[in-house]
Amino acid sequence: MPNSDKPDPLEGLAARIAEAKGRRRTRSEEGGNRDESTGRFMSMAMRIGVELVAALVVAMGAGWLLDRWLGTRPWLMIVFFFLGSAAGIMNVYRAVNGLGLAAGYKRPDEEGRE
Amino acid sequence: MAESPLEQFKIERIAEFHIGGYDASFTNSSLLMVIAVVAITAFLVLGSAKSALVPGRWQSMAELAYEFIANMVHENAGTAGMKYFPWVFTIFMFVLFGNVLGMIPYSFTFTSHIVVTFALAAMVFITVTLVALFRHGLHFFSFFFPHGAPVAMAPLIVPIEILSYLSRPISLSIRLFANMMAGHTMLFVFGTFTVALGVFGIAPFAVNVALILFEFLVAVLQAYVFTILTCLYLKDAIELH
Repeated sequence: MPNSDKPDPLEGLAARIAEAKGRRRTRSEEGGNRDESTGRFMSMAMRIGVELVAALVVAMGAGWLLDRWLGTRPWLMIVFFFLGSAAGIMNVYRAVNGLGLAAGYKRPDEEGRE
Repeated sequence: MAESPLEQFKIERIAEFHIGGYDASFTNSSLLMVIAVVAITAFLVLGSAKSALVPGRWQSMAELAYEFIANMVHENAGTAGMKYFPWVFTIFMFVLFGNVLGMIPYSFTFTSHIVVTFALAAMVFITVTLVALFRHGLHFFSFFFPHGAPVAMAPLIVPIEILSYLSRPISLSIRLFANMMAGHTMLFVFGTFTVALGVFGIAPFAVNVALILFEFLVAVLQAYVFTILTCLYLKDAIELH
């Protein structure tokens, strides 16, 4: 196969890479492209419900174990039920707000990433 | 053919082993895990064997998987998070192959067992916590008390934050396991209807066709969700605001 009359595939590769990288940077600065958003929403929808229940499960479990250990049945379980509900709602609130699932709030200037 | 919709999730021992009084038998679940690992290795090693400048189909798929996760880690966990990219990539490929291999008829879905998903989620949780502890030391515990909240609120906020933090591995594992199990059970139930209804079985059959497609979506989507949450937790551990 004669190689000489073919254009060099590496010609201008660095420039093209730089251009592509630049394009990607501007796109992510614009706040993501539309193609990905459907997947994002789908994955978001799948997350929310479980998020609410999981905190409650953990809280009730912790309450039950502590009750058994301290012999205070059923009081700690009741207290942990309310704490767990609050934690679950907070999980959902954070997930929806796009704050990730961070325990701890962010300053306003870091918000609205997603 | 199994009689109950849940029988497809039954663990069967292929080779029995007992180590120190524990049942460590090689089961159908283990077999599928081994197949997943071998398939992932083959997929990536064969895909990158040629390393052609213009990739073929195979290499293209391997590169696509790599770049997809590399971008995800970079976007969600930042440049510092790229250090953990191999770990995240391993998790993604393992969960993805587990889900997709389970879609093969007569195969077994190891991600439909909460033991497996909880072990994965616990590993993510422990790793992320250790990363945070090593990077920030005792400052890590400020995680449980938001900056600027009144100190009088601490007795209320701290338990809630701790519960919220501890719920991570639970939500991570339940989501994956429940999605896989529910989907496969539904497929079986509609399959039974198809057989039982004879000619009219065409209706549940049509539902099953749609369900199969949906299950493929769920298989990939759940692997994606598992991975992106790992990235988000990693980001929290690295930044720790």
